[in-house]
Amino acid sequence: MTSFTPALQASSLRYDPALKRNRLDKFYNALSGFFSLIVVMPLFLVLVYVIIQGGRLISIPLFTQLPPAPGLEGGGIGNAIIGTFVVTIVASLIAIPIGVGGGVYLAEYSTGGPFARFIRTGNDILAGVPSIICGVFVYGAIVATRVFFGQSYTAVAGGIALAVLMLPTVIKTTDEGLKLVPKALSMGAIGVGASKFVTVTRITLPSAFTPIATGIVLAIARAAGETAPLIFTALFSPFWPEGVFNPIATMSVLIFNFAIMPYEAQNELAWAASFVLVVLILGANLLARWLRRFAN
Amino acid sequence: MMTDQIQARFTRRKRPPADRIVDGGFRYLTIALASTVAIVLLAIFLTVFEGAQDAIKEFGLKFLTTSSWNPVTGEYGAFTAIYGTLVTSFLALLIAVPLGVGTAIFITENLLPLRWREIIGVMVELLAAIPSVVLGLWAIFVMEPFLRPLLVFLNTALGWLPFFSTAPQGPGVAPAVLILVVMILPIITAISRDALNQVPIALRQGSYGVGSTRWIAIFDVILPAAISSIVGGIMLALGRAMGETMAVTMIIGNSTNFSWSLLAPGNTISAMLANQFGEASGIQVSALLYAALILMLMTFAVNIFAQWIVRKLSLRY
Repeated sequence: MTSFTPALQASSLRYDPALKRNRLDKFYNALSGFFSLIVVMPLFLVLVYVIIQGGRLISIPLFTQLPPAPGLEGGGIGNAIIGTFVVTIVASLIAIPIGVGGGVYLAEYSTGGPFARFIRTGNDILAGVPSIICGVFVYGAIVATRVFFGQSYTAVAGGIALAVLMLPTVIKTTDEGLKLVPKALSMGAIGVGASKFVTVTRITLPSAFTPIATGIVLAIARAAGETAPLIFTALFSPFWPEGVFNPIATMSVLIFNFAIMPYEAQNELAWAASFVLVVLILGANLLARWLRRFAN
Repeated sequence: MMTDQIQARFTRRKRPPADRIVDGGFRYLTIALASTVAIVLLAIFLTVFEGAQDAIKEFGLKFLTTSSWNPVTGEYGAFTAIYGTLVTSFLALLIAVPLGVGTAIFITENLLPLRWREIIGVMVELLAAIPSVVLGLWAIFVMEPFLRPLLVFLNTALGWLPFFSTAPQGPGVAPAVLILVVMILPIITAISRDALNQVPIALRQGSYGVGSTRWIAIFDVILPAAISSIVGGIMLALGRAMGETMAVTMIIGNSTNFSWSLLAPGNTISAMLANQFGEASGIQVSALLYAALILMLMTFAVNIFAQWIVRKLSLRY
């Protein structure tokens, strides 16, 4: 103990910025900050360009007119905006009942047996299936077989493809949302004589409404921006939508088709559609965030 | 007298039959709805597998190693696309992992006030929400022209390497890798952030208590404790990168000719499907479905491996 000089003792207790470990610490602090900057930069750059290139094209005709023929000027994306809503609504009508029902089974009825584990694993795998494969699947199962009144490409087929993508998210958020509901609530309901059906539909599901709604809004927002499952299911149409059993234009497919065309007018419409789509999707995300805060 | 009344009130009564039917029916309904997941998954696999049969019979395993893609002579080999899928996803992962994990550490440490860190976290989540096709549009008109001088420089300075041996002509593998990085960064960052947040505070306090600096604590204690979830997230991102379609299709150039060069146009399985599946006929459809089957098996293997590695690496603290 006596071998330490008082000076050394004092200095080893004081923070010494020249020490290698402290200099490394500073370096890593700066590096991680720099990495964060790189990570958030693409969001800014994409948003800035979408706002500049797309925002300046926002006008009334953009929402009310059809896209122009190649080589012509002007026009709008009215049909694609309607189409995106139609396809997304079809997808939601399919995915939400199935997903919530499946989630109710996993959280409320299953007892952790092999069937429930199989469904949970299957759900994770389905979530990992590439979106283009969903498109290929719906093409093979619905478009090529012409099950809808002999029509090949239909808005409904596009909606089904998006529903396959939404399903895993809806099931997972329902499952997890229901598990967060205190057991005492459902036990109380059972205790006063409610049946399981009444307990689930009147007590447990309403209590878990916020987390489930948040997950569903996020799933819808993701589906609205998807392109790959639509390019050979809903296809595209330069005309106004003619019902759900015909090909339909969507904003995402419009962006894809028009971005790779060598015409200025089409490229500009692609930017305008990007602006509308990004505003809608980021709006839905902020809505989901607001819902979540509501829950807390 | 009294006991009779009480007994009468508490005798076991059965629910009305209608109630019981609703109750039981609802249970079976949820079982049926949950089964859709399994049915859809099976149907996807069978549709792709069934459609690929002709090509599997015709080309066999040679399909994986040859790179001819000729609709005129009916000769198909998916090597270019498989190579492109693997190279783009692994290179993207190589760039995205340090950036994503670094950012996750930055926003879980107290280097900035909590408010600022939350804002960065929200921005990362919003980046994940931007549709792939919009990123592709941005890549074509903004990112690629901006990066062109750098790619030209790589070609002139390092052209003797096969990876930079061709002059950049616009779309190519390198811009595709970069846009993939943008797409998988949010996944890696978000999952790593959750994993780091879940490390018990006692571990950090213990590490600081024995005198480690912030980054000694991070590298030796906190990261090892969170590594299983982080690696799981990285594998999930790899699966996503392999299957990512639109942005890659728009910027990779869709060339079926094989080239070692990252500056040359290339192809991935998903890009090939997006481009050709709509107009294909005959054996080409089957060849594309064969490629789709390979893609499915690859992402499937990555996802299974991710689950295995999470179990294998999880520390018991």
